Amino acid sequence: MYDYVHGKLDWLAAGLPTEGTNTELPRAADVARGDVPTCALGDRLGEVWERVRSAGWNACVVVNEHSVVLGLLREKELEGDADLLIERAMRPGPSTFRTYVPIAEMAEYMTKHDLVNSPITTADGKLVGLLLRQDAQRSASGTQRPKGNER
Amino acid sequence: MPSEIDREEVQRLVAGGAQLVEVLPASEYREDHLPGAINIPLAQIDARAKEILHPGRSVIVYCADSA
Repeated sequence: MYDYVHGKLDWLAAGLPTEGTNTELPRAADVARGDVPTCALGDRLGEVWERVRSAGWNACVVVNEHSVVLGLLREKELEGDADLLIERAMRPGPSTFRTYVPIAEMAEYMTKHDLVNSPITTADGKLVGLLLRQDAQRSASGTQRPKGNER
Repeated sequence: MPSEIDREEVQRLVAGGAQLVEVLPASEYREDHLPGAINIPLAQIDARAKEILHPGRSVIVYCADSA
């Protein structure tokens, strides 16, 4: 007998196929926006805000050279002093979520905790995309399970 | 004591005919499980394993994670 010690969450985090009712529903990674702007700790806020704005965004994810998420800049932080280093301006260590979380759970959590966006990462913290609450809510509203099959 | 294995070893053993058993409650199994896995909740494993599992094939058990 063998014990797959890291279990189902490890399997899901690797993006491997599964069976079950959740396979019919979108997950966080399906809805997250992979084109979110990113920046590095040593960048200056003014240059980053300019780049973010011109790309049509109001948020930016701070990553290291391996795309591991270090922080998040929402509009409030981006509007700070242009000379500020990103490492001083960012929200460090934002809550991140795994790729496999069903979108309905994400929408509910983001609404409850008033999160306008949340980074979606792999198990080792690498950025997959930024999930916007409005996208999560829109996607979830089209994928509600029939009553009686809810948690 | 079962031998601890990782994801790659799971794939290799399953390709060779091993049986996958999820020991989580049925509600969690219904939502997501590894391809081909059967469900025997932990509380029932002693009573049901012999009746369900093929004695000549390797068995891999798993739950949600290592916690």
